[in-house]
Amino acid sequence: MKKLTKRILSAGLVGMMTLAMAGCGNSAPNGQVVVYNWGEFIDPQVNKMFTQETGIKVVYSEYANNEEMYAKVEPGNVSYDVIFPSDYMVEKMINKGILEKLDFSKIPNYENIDVRFENLPYDPNNEYSIPYMWGTVGIVYNKKMVSEPVDSWDILWDSKYKDQILMYDSERDSLMVALKKLGYSMNTRDEKQLEEAKNLLIEQAPLVLSYVGDEGKNKMVNEEAVFMVSYAGDAMIMLSENPDLEFVIPKEGSNFYVDTMVMPKNATNKDNAYAYMNFLCRPDIAAMNAKEIGYSTPISAAREQLDDEIKNNPVAYPSEEVTNADNMEMFNDPSDVIGTYSSIWTQVKASNN
Amino acid sequence: MIKFIKRFYVALILLIMYAPVAVLMVFSFNDSKLPIWKGFTFKWYENLANDMSIQQSFVYTIIIAVVSSLIATAIGTLAAMGIHQMKGYKRNLMLNITYIPLLSPDIVIGISLMMLFNVLHIPFGLPTLIISHITFSTPYVILSIMPKLKQMNFNVYEAALDLGATPWYAFRKVILPEIMPGVIAGLFIAFTLSIDDFVVSFFNTGAGVDTLPIKIYAMARKGLTQQLMPFQQLCL
Repeated sequence: MKKLTKRILSAGLVGMMTLAMAGCGNSAPNGQVVVYNWGEFIDPQVNKMFTQETGIKVVYSEYANNEEMYAKVEPGNVSYDVIFPSDYMVEKMINKGILEKLDFSKIPNYENIDVRFENLPYDPNNEYSIPYMWGTVGIVYNKKMVSEPVDSWDILWDSKYKDQILMYDSERDSLMVALKKLGYSMNTRDEKQLEEAKNLLIEQAPLVLSYVGDEGKNKMVNEEAVFMVSYAGDAMIMLSENPDLEFVIPKEGSNFYVDTMVMPKNATNKDNAYAYMNFLCRPDIAAMNAKEIGYSTPISAAREQLDDEIKNNPVAYPSEEVTNADNMEMFNDPSDVIGTYSSIWTQVKASNN
Repeated sequence: MIKFIKRFYVALILLIMYAPVAVLMVFSFNDSKLPIWKGFTFKWYENLANDMSIQQSFVYTIIIAVVSSLIATAIGTLAAMGIHQMKGYKRNLMLNITYIPLLSPDIVIGISLMMLFNVLHIPFGLPTLIISHITFSTPYVILSIMPKLKQMNFNVYEAALDLGATPWYAFRKVILPEIMPGVIAGLFIAFTLSIDDFVVSFFNTGAGVDTLPIKIYAMARKGLTQQLMPFQQLCL
């Protein structure tokens, strides 16, 4: 009996080791680069091209949101070489000291990136991150169903449109709407301002058809609702499906977000990581990714290579006047107020029933 | 009349069970990024054929499921026989230990395994995934084999030994055929659990080794796109 156990166990171990070897052994001549990116956030051809051109193998994994990524990266169990956090997460990771200062001399293509994406608030001295994709948040509305001009968040509080408004089921995005409508900063820590925003959202709750995630897109295209708070990337998809829809960035300002590329301190293939970042900053590659993802690229030369209807579209590429306005803000690291946000959001959602 | 109601009832249950599958089937041919019918197309199937990352995660999922379920079945079969032979408090103790992974939530298993691998400095990757899948599926195998062993008449095994069979020979020719249904059931349960698992895999995977559930979850940011529907269709 003992013999049998031994045999089976050793067979199992040998099997596992073979697999492990198969997993680690890489045939690429120039080693590998370990990339951790958002799901569906690259043109699958790009990784293949990178390997063909440089001989560096791309080990690629994906995550669904910043917090999940942070949970995997922060303990340092797995060493990634390139990660793609959003703006506020970059700030948080810098504060935690887990990001490597980039050596920009190894990323010559960095100069392709438009000047307006330099020295953004999450990385004020431009030391740790490279912009990868960006976008804004605004209102998608159906112009057949609205008679008046839409240019302000106020319209989401108009009782005429009861049960025709869709809000994002996300505490930060919804609070942003309320704070912006009140004329405050969306990063405020002032309890009185947050309280006002909360009351505003509770006041709005009866008018809201539902707090949606992804399914909101279908509802708008099917004309089940008139307004929806939406990211520009999603808006592009909706607008292409239903020509009656329109996207506007309200005059009170809104959220302006950037997804970036960074390198953690425990990266093991630093030179390959630089090569990979440099590759993604090449205009033709950035254009391929922008086409595939539907978000906006921070590289003008790449934008030029997109289809006319996209590159001149004010939804995807609002003018600099719009994005540089003082009331366009980026989220900052919320670690200190996350509890307050959750409690506000719970109260708002509870008031709806 | 009664017959009609019976049939109607069965038809209704089948309809409810299979309607989502039917919807998926239809929309996998839909020429739109949103689940709104726009026209017939094969383009999502073509996309799938070109998307290496989905294919790769599929291969990983299958490798992990096959290896982990085979090992879990081997360990589980031996453990079940061992536990069956035990008496008194030892047996109770072992059985209760078996129940622990069964009853504790996935997230507890996932995080504790992650901490274990961390302490032992085992690099995360395919091996850690397979080990963790074996850990949570072995109890199911044990519990599906135990009843079969209970039903079995152990005197047959002893008779085989009396007639000159070696223990290994007697095991293969006498015990194994008797408990085979339990072993097969255990194997299938382990296989399904492994394919299905998200939480434990999520905490114990390494760079570049995404299983299908992890891959699909990661895609959710941009909406569960059309990309997946043909794939699920092919899985069915």
